[in-house]
Amino acid sequence: MDTREKDIENLKDYKYGFSTDIENIRAPKGLNENVINFISEIKKEPKWMLDFRLKAFERFKKLKEPNWQKPKYPKIDYQDLYYYSAPKSMKDKPKSLDELDPKLLETYKKLGIPLQEQARLNGIAVDAVFDSVSVATTFKEELTKQGIIFCSMSEAIQKHPDLVKKYLGTVIPTTDHFFATLNSAVFTDGSFVYIPKGIRCPMELSTYFRINASETGQFERTLIIADEGSYVSYLEGCTAPMRDENQLHAANVELIALDDAEIKYSTVQNWYPGDENGKGGIYNFVTKRGLCKGRNSKISWTQVETGSAITWKYPSCILKGDNSIGEFYSIAITNNHQKADTGTKMIHLGKNTKSKIISKGISAGFSDMTYRGLVDINSKAKNSSNYTQCDSLLMGNKCGAHTVPYIKNKNFDSNIAHEATTSKISEEQLHYCQQRGLNAEEAVGLIVNGFCKEVLQQLPMEFAVEAQKLVGISLEGSVG
Amino acid sequence: MTEKIQIDFDKINKSLDISDKDKEFKKKCLKKFIEKGFPNRKQENWKFIDINQIIKKNIGDLSFFNDYSLPNEIDTSIFVDGLEHNKIIFINGRIEKIDFNYEDKNKIEINDEIEKKDLIESENSLIYLNNAFTNKTFKISIKENYTLNKPLIIYHTTNQKIKSKSINLRLDFDLEQNSSLKLIDFFADSADKNFINILYNFNLKKDSILKNYKIDKFKNDNLKYSFNNMEQDTNSVSETFILSAGSNYFKNEINCNLKGKYSSAFVNGIFSLKENQQHEIRTTINHLVENTKSYQLIKSVLGKLSKAAYQGKIFVNSKAQKTDGYQLSKAILLDETSEFNAKPELEIYADDVKCSHGSASGSLNENSIFYLMSRGLNYQQSKELLINGFLLDVVEKITDSEIKNLIKNMIGLKE
Repeated sequence: MDTREKDIENLKDYKYGFSTDIENIRAPKGLNENVINFISEIKKEPKWMLDFRLKAFERFKKLKEPNWQKPKYPKIDYQDLYYYSAPKSMKDKPKSLDELDPKLLETYKKLGIPLQEQARLNGIAVDAVFDSVSVATTFKEELTKQGIIFCSMSEAIQKHPDLVKKYLGTVIPTTDHFFATLNSAVFTDGSFVYIPKGIRCPMELSTYFRINASETGQFERTLIIADEGSYVSYLEGCTAPMRDENQLHAANVELIALDDAEIKYSTVQNWYPGDENGKGGIYNFVTKRGLCKGRNSKISWTQVETGSAITWKYPSCILKGDNSIGEFYSIAITNNHQKADTGTKMIHLGKNTKSKIISKGISAGFSDMTYRGLVDINSKAKNSSNYTQCDSLLMGNKCGAHTVPYIKNKNFDSNIAHEATTSKISEEQLHYCQQRGLNAEEAVGLIVNGFCKEVLQQLPMEFAVEAQKLVGISLEGSVG
Repeated sequence: MTEKIQIDFDKINKSLDISDKDKEFKKKCLKKFIEKGFPNRKQENWKFIDINQIIKKNIGDLSFFNDYSLPNEIDTSIFVDGLEHNKIIFINGRIEKIDFNYEDKNKIEINDEIEKKDLIESENSLIYLNNAFTNKTFKISIKENYTLNKPLIIYHTTNQKIKSKSINLRLDFDLEQNSSLKLIDFFADSADKNFINILYNFNLKKDSILKNYKIDKFKNDNLKYSFNNMEQDTNSVSETFILSAGSNYFKNEINCNLKGKYSSAFVNGIFSLKENQQHEIRTTINHLVENTKSYQLIKSVLGKLSKAAYQGKIFVNSKAQKTDGYQLSKAILLDETSEFNAKPELEIYADDVKCSHGSASGSLNENSIFYLMSRGLNYQQSKELLINGFLLDVVEKITDSEIKNLIKNMIGLKE
């Protein structure tokens, strides 16, 4: 058995589909002021944080769940969810990794995320989020030396309240849409990153999200601030156990880039996609938004979306500073009964702003893939430009691929170019590869990887290898 | 508005000499329209340009009552010169004349007693409005194997007698097997501030060919909405050309169902807009069976304070393998206040298809202008030359050379 087949073997039962039997503390079921108070209290939050949550909740009560999206899902009963779940051993936060529950360490080891620093070969600092809390953050000391803050959101609220207060909710305000507002009310943990002036973060920062408990929604909140002239590359990965139920994951991610700063945000999303009959799986309804606040700032989103029953997200850039740049590179793969409605928004407000969108969608089986994107060039955004390319690949005639771009140009100095194609893997290409000794599946893998190359190139090395494998695995069983 | 529309409706209905069944149908449509009201930007299809707001702003109080009892005088000066043609003349929404002088009378059947049915179960309230208020619907059938000798020009005119009115008209066309029709819609208005709502139904049988050219060239302050519904059978071809330039507001909507194998649809359009105009083209091409083809090309030149929108949708059913679909929209923005919006949409459920779209917008290329100026043209001339070349591309797509030349002359494009 070569490695590829092994990978496939592994996947047949979704490698990350196990759950860890660990004692939990949960908030009472349901969504109300008491639960929010409970969350706030257990996290020993200051009053302003609680007020922030309650304000969001006040508004949430008035909001209606949106339903314009392409993938429809059965109504979610928001009162039938646990909004907080944490391993019991986390109640008194361990001081160091040595004190961490061995079961947790074991879980992360199984996932391929070694938390013990000595076990690491390459320097990536990891923040591991397990259900509702961050369990560990590695490489802290080394980062602290440079003045970089990389910790869990809860810790940041305690230790760096000024920064959190100043930036939290400035990109995704409490008055945003339904799921973002829900997150503002009940978010539990997530990562906080602050890169000081002129610092180039020496290593990749990474968060690993894991949903373990059942009937639990995961609502994490990530805030990344890159101060003037700084640079950071941030990775995010996610998995969840196999369950028959659908679980909700509604995260908020806010990025803020000040003058001359650059943030690179990469995601490899591999939540449990449900079984081949479309049972179970994660609803991944995430709000990700970056603000290029300063001049010459840059935000770049790269995503590889292979998991989740339903993916519904649009990582966006608000290009406010003059000369700022927004980029979006995406691969979305849906197989079996998965559904994805994803894309980006590029909102050009400042002069000479540039944006680039490369989106590759692949659908197979009975799945449905939608690219939905907005390019909006404001009348003040003189001399801006956008380039969009979205390609879709279909495998079989039971799946769908859709492209819904919205293009608004209010500025005559600006240029927008948009292209999209939809096709299948041509017989000639397959024939060519097979002639040279590849079997059908390998040939498809090769062609798909070539199709996605432009995006895979954008990923940091460690992720690119994993993503490439994931691309092949996700399409398993879709040919022939 | 509701009360007024009901009063106007009753007034008209009393005077009309139609069957009870038709009256019921009209009542039903009115009810649906009142329920929905004029479309607004909350509806996805009206997101870019909000007709409700535009009517409020430009017309204010819209009246729905039209007196169709008296004939209007036909102003022959508007007739198109240099092209022999058949005529249908609408004045203020009333059919004044149907004239097929160049044709074999046995091959064309004109029928005004057509069965009204719930066509297109639709979210579009303007279609209900149309059906509630059209006073007379004609159905024109072109018999088997007949090709019209001359094109048919439909004149849409208004005269001074009418103001702030909602005008609704509808025509149905049946193109029987292997027949062919060239149809020009020609808009010439003397009245201002009316809302004109046009509904065409085309039924294209096997091997038939329809060519529809819509020419809205003269500046006027009317708001227009036109909906073409096309059903296409095996090997039929439809070609639509839209020149969207004259009216204050104009939305052209095309819904095309490619139901027969090897059928194809072509839509080409030009927006040439000046101050305060807001125009839109929205197309939905439904590829329902194998081996169908569609091609769309829309080009815009947008002046001061003007706004254009193009919403194009290609839908490919899972049965429709070997579909070939293409959309391209390009826009030149001439002023900092002009605006172009596009939503080129693909919805695809079959794998063996070739579908692509492109959209580009920007200003005139300064390098090209510089090139032309360095060869002795002044700035204005260079600009015009570039715009002409840009638009000529679309006009060249017209397959009928006689009509192509007519349109070229009309809009002053030179080769």
